[in-house]
Amino acid sequence: MKAEQIASLINGKSHLCAGHNAIEFGYAFASDLMSDVLRTDSENLLLITGLCNLQTVRTAEVSDIKCIVIGRGKTSCNEMKQLAHEADVSIIESPFSVFRICSILGSNGIQAIY
Amino acid sequence: MITETFHIAGGNFSNAGEASSRVKKILKQLGVDQCSIKRTVVAMYEAEVNIVAHAWEGNMKVEIDSEKIRITGTDKGPGIADIEKAMQAGFSTASQQVREMGFGAGMGLPNIKNNTDFLDIKSTPGIGTTLIMINYFAGHDKPKHT
Repeated sequence: MKAEQIASLINGKSHLCAGHNAIEFGYAFASDLMSDVLRTDSENLLLITGLCNLQTVRTAEVSDIKCIVIGRGKTSCNEMKQLAHEADVSIIESPFSVFRICSILGSNGIQAIY
Repeated sequence: MITETFHIAGGNFSNAGEASSRVKKILKQLGVDQCSIKRTVVAMYEAEVNIVAHAWEGNMKVEIDSEKIRITGTDKGPGIADIEKAMQAGFSTASQQVREMGFGAGMGLPNIKNNTDFLDIKSTPGIGTTLIMINYFAGHDKPKHT
């Protein structure tokens, strides 16, 4: 599923890096605990989280995750957006809860990694 | 041989991960295999966050040659009283502030161990901790003694 379609399904506001709308995301992992995110090993993985700070972006960068979906109506600050741009990480902000985002994306074909 | 040393400020979460990000770029430029890059950067990032979260200050020295990367993290801080216990998944002494940043659930050292070919930790309570991590790149055998 493309990032713009994901954003549309969850009423999200997207901040996409160049070329990222061509990526097909097939899997997602939801966590607010970044050490658990660092244990993932999948390509084209979405990170769904309610954690909205610079370490969310750093963790995505280190884990080769190209797109973060931030739930619970949180919005990324300019510093986060700047870092995400530099790290080639896209951000989608959704007003929905993490559980609701997972439910919607799951019922539309995004799979769990385990 | 490429050598770089990064200063890590304790308590400064704004910059946590900068050194790891820089090393990721260096390894990519050198054409190191993707698996080695990811394992190395995950281990280094956890170690970097540990210094920021627990120590007063520290350094990370990175040495890269054609077959491996060696990262030495040295910090001044409270140290680790019981390393064996600290290596157990779920054990943590992290503050609430660290937990709010998405860390501090006791997975840092286990993650480092899982993502390194060689790991050595020495710590003196009240003085600080030194951690040596080595990863061998694809196609290079790990020696029996490092």
